[in-house]
Amino acid sequence: MELTGLFFYIVSLLILGGIYALLCLALNVQWGMGGLFNAGIAGFYGVGAYTSAILTTAASGRHLGGFSMPVPMGLVGAAIVAGVTGWAVARICVRLKSDYLAMASIGIAEILRLVFVNESWLTNGSLGVSRIPRPFADFTTGRMSDVAFLGFVWVIVLLVYVATTRLYDSPWGRSLRAIRDNETSASAAGKNVEKFRVQTFVIGCAVMGIAGGLSAHYFRFLSPTATDPLLTTFLVWVMLMAGGSGNNRGAILGALSIWTIWSVTEIFTNRLPPEWATRSSFIRMLLVGLLLQVVLQRFRAGLLPEKSPPVRFRKD
Amino acid sequence: MTEQLAVAGLSAGYGGPPIIEDISLTVEAGEIAVVLGPNGAGKSTLLKSIFALTSVSAGSIRLGDRELSGCKTSALVPLGVSAVPQNKNVFASMTVDENLDVGTYAAPPPDQKATREKVLALFPDLKDKLKQPAGELSGGQRQMVAMGRALMSEPKLVLLDEPTAGLSPAYLERIFDLLLDIRKTGITVLMVEQNARQALQIADHGHILVNGRNHLSGTGQELLADEDVRRLFLGGAA
Amino acid sequence: MSEFVNFYLFPALTIGSIYALGAVGISMIFGILRFAHFAHGDLMTLGAYGIMAATALMPVNPLLLVPFGMALTIFSALFVDRFFYRPLRDLPTIYTVISSFGIALVFRSMIQLIWGSENQVLVAGVRPPLVLFDTIRVSVLHLQAIVTTAIIAVLLHYFLTATKTGRSMRAVADDPELAEVSGLDTAKVVRWTWIIGAALAAVAGAFAALNTSAHPNLGWNLLLPMFAAAILGGIGKPMGAMAGGFIIGMAEELSSYHWIGDEALISPSYKTAIAFVIMIGLLIFRPQGLFKGRLL
Ligand SMILES: Nc1ncnc2c1ncn2[C@@H]1O[C@H](COP(=O)(O)OP(=O)(O)O)[C@@H](O)[C@H]1O
Ligand SMILES: [Mg+2]
Repeated sequence: MELTGLFFYIVSLLILGGIYALLCLALNVQWGMGGLFNAGIAGFYGVGAYTSAILTTAASGRHLGGFSMPVPMGLVGAAIVAGVTGWAVARICVRLKSDYLAMASIGIAEILRLVFVNESWLTNGSLGVSRIPRPFADFTTGRMSDVAFLGFVWVIVLLVYVATTRLYDSPWGRSLRAIRDNETSASAAGKNVEKFRVQTFVIGCAVMGIAGGLSAHYFRFLSPTATDPLLTTFLVWVMLMAGGSGNNRGAILGALSIWTIWSVTEIFTNRLPPEWATRSSFIRMLLVGLLLQVVLQRFRAGLLPEKSPPVRFRKD
Repeated sequence: MTEQLAVAGLSAGYGGPPIIEDISLTVEAGEIAVVLGPNGAGKSTLLKSIFALTSVSAGSIRLGDRELSGCKTSALVPLGVSAVPQNKNVFASMTVDENLDVGTYAAPPPDQKATREKVLALFPDLKDKLKQPAGELSGGQRQMVAMGRALMSEPKLVLLDEPTAGLSPAYLERIFDLLLDIRKTGITVLMVEQNARQALQIADHGHILVNGRNHLSGTGQELLADEDVRRLFLGGAA
Repeated sequence: MSEFVNFYLFPALTIGSIYALGAVGISMIFGILRFAHFAHGDLMTLGAYGIMAATALMPVNPLLLVPFGMALTIFSALFVDRFFYRPLRDLPTIYTVISSFGIALVFRSMIQLIWGSENQVLVAGVRPPLVLFDTIRVSVLHLQAIVTTAIIAVLLHYFLTATKTGRSMRAVADDPELAEVSGLDTAKVVRWTWIIGAALAAVAGAFAALNTSAHPNLGWNLLLPMFAAAILGGIGKPMGAMAGGFIIGMAEELSSYHWIGDEALISPSYKTAIAFVIMIGLLIFRPQGLFKGRLL
C-alpha cells in the first residue's frame, strides 16, 4: 500500500475508532457506572444521527429538513433529542432488572428502527438522507476534510472523556457506583436510586446521539442500515468488555483495539479466494463473537480494569 | 447409644469473616437435639454448614464414620441426611403430592408406596390437600409438607430449621407432637428452635449458641433448670 | 367472516405456534438457568437450516426431516452450554446474557458462512389450501403447525407433571436452592432444559422457514416476540409461555385487521412493534406475567 493510502486508511480508522470510543464512553456511563444494561445502543445512535442529519441538511422534498444549521448545532440537537428519548425510555424501564432491561432496550431500538424505515416524511425511509454536510466544509477540500474531521471527532472524544471522568470521581459518580454495587444499602442510605439511574441513562444516551450524529456527518449519507444492531450495539459491548468496564481509558482503548482488529481483518479476508471473500464479514462476525467469549472467560476485568472499588454486581 | 452426627471444631461463613467458630456438638442416634440461641447467633448457619451450603474453614462433620465436610449438597440426601430450611421450604407452585414425590428422587426408598403411607400417617392433614399447590396452604401445613418431603427419602437424620416459626400456638403443639412421633420411627432429629421451653421439653439434648460459639450444652432437663437459660430464653419464669 | 378466518385467524394461530414453540425454551432456560437466552432465535435458524440441508440429501417433506434439525440444535445447545455458558455460571447472570448475545452472532455467522445469506425456500411450489365447509380455506402448512404445536403442548404437559425429570425441572425452576437441598440432580435438569428447548426451537424454526423462507435473520427477528411471550406466560412456566406465544401471535396479526372501518387498526409495517409494546407494558405493570411466574 502506498504511503498516502496508508495514511488515509489510518485516518478513517481513527475517525470511526473515535466514534466508537464515544459510544463506549457512553455505555460506560450506563453500564460501567450505573450497572444499566442497555442493549439498544443502535436506537439512540440512530436518533442522534437522524436528528443531526435533518437539522444540518439543505431543504429536500424527500424528508423533513431545510434547517441548514451548522454541524455543531446539529450535534447539540442530536444530544438533546437522543437524551430526551433516553429520558422517556428511562422513565419507563430503568426500574427493570438487568435481563429485562436488556430485552426492553432491544425492543425500543427495534421500534425506533421501524420508525426510521417507515416514516418517510421524516427520514426518506430506506432511501436515506444524503448530502449531509461535514464541519469546516468551507476551509477544507477533498481528503483533507477527513483529516479535519478526525481532529473534530477526537476533540469531542477528549471533551466527553474529561467530562465522564470528572463525573466518575464526583460525589454523583460515587453514589452511582454505590447503587450499582449494592442497591439495597444505597437506597437505605437515602440515595434516590431511581433518579440517579435515570440521569446515567440520559447522559449515556445523549453521548450516543452525538456519536450517531458524527457518523452521519462522516459518511455524508444516512439510511436505516446504519442502525444495524450488530455494528453498533454488539460491537460496542465487545469493546467495553474488552477494554474494561468502569474505566474510561479502558473504554477508549477497547474501542480502538477492537475496531482495529475488525478493520484490519477486513484487509486479510478481502485477500481470500473470491468465494470466501464475499463471506469475509461473516468470518469477522464469528471471530468477534468468539473473542467476546474469550474476554468473558479469561479477561473479565478488561485491558484496563476499574481501579477502585472493584466491579461487583448484585447477584440476582 | 451410638453417635449419629459429630461436629468438631467447625468454623464457617459466607466468604467473609466466619459466622460460626469452633462449634462442637454430637447428636446420638434416635434422639432429638435442639440448638437454641438468640437471633443472628448462627444457628441457621450451623445447619447450612452441615448441609454444605456455606464455606467451611475449619473442623469436621461426621455422620457415623463418614466425613461430610467436602461433600456436595446434592450428595447428602443419598447418605441419609435430609434438611428442611428455615423459610421457603416447599416448592410453592407444585402440588403437595409432587412435593412429596420430589423428596424421593435423590434417594428412592425401597418401597415408595409404604413410605408414602407412613409419611401421610404422620401428617394426616395433608391427605385431602394432595392435589393443591403447596404455596396455597397455611404456614403449618406448609411446614408439614416440607417435613414430609424430607422424610420421603427415609433419612437417618433430619435437620429442621425453626419448624414452628410463625405458627399459631395450636399448630406449634402439633408440630412438637409430630417431632416425637418422628423420633419414635427411629429417625434422629437436629433442630433449631425459638420456642425454647417447648423444644427443651421434648429434646434429649440442647445446645446453646451465642455469637457463633458454643455456649452451653446439656440434656433438655438440665438446660430447663439452668439459671442462665431461664433468664435468657425462658423469660425468667419457671 | 370467512375473510377474517382465512386471512387473519389461521395465519395468526400459525405465528402463535411458532412463538409458542420458541418461547417454551426461553421460559425454561430463564426459569432454570436464570438468564435471558439471546441466542435462542438463532438456535431456531440453525434448526431450520439443518432441516434444509437434510432436504438436499433426502427429497421428502421437510417436516419428516425435523429430527435432523433437532439433532443439530441439541448438539449446538449442549456444546455452547458446556463451553461458553457453564464457565460463567457462578458469576452474576448478566455475564451469561452477554455471552449468549455473542453466541447468537456466532450461530448466525456460521449459518451465513456455510449456507450463504440469501433467502432460500424449503419447498418449491404452492400447495392448494384445504377447503372446509365451502368457505374456510386453510393452508396445509398452517394446519400442520397448529396441530403439531397442540400435540407438543399435550406431551410437554405430561412430561412436566408426570415424569421424574419433568417434575425435577419444575422444582429447580420453582426454588433452585431447595432443589439442591432436596438432592435433585441439577446437572441433569440443566441438560434436559437444553435438550427440550433446543428440540422445540428446531420445530419452531422449521415452521418459520416453511411459512416464509429460510434466511440467517429468521430467528433473530422472532426473538423479541418470543421473549414477550415468555414473560407474558410467566418466567419458568413452559405452558404459560405457550399460551403467551399464541396471545402475542394473535395480537400481532389481528392488530392489522380492519376492526373499525376499512383501515387496518395498526399499520402492518408496525406489526412487530406490538410484541415490544406488550412486553414493555408487562415488564412494568405485571412482570410476573399472566400466570404468576417467578420474578428474577
Ligand atoms: N447468606 C448469607 N450471607 C452472608 N451473611 C449471612 C447469610 N446468612 C446469614 N448471614 C449472617 O450470619 C449471621 C448469622 O445468621 P443466622 O445463621 O441466620 O442466624 P440465626 O439462624 O441464629 O438467627 C447473621 O449476622 C447474618 O447476617
Ligand atoms: Mg435462622
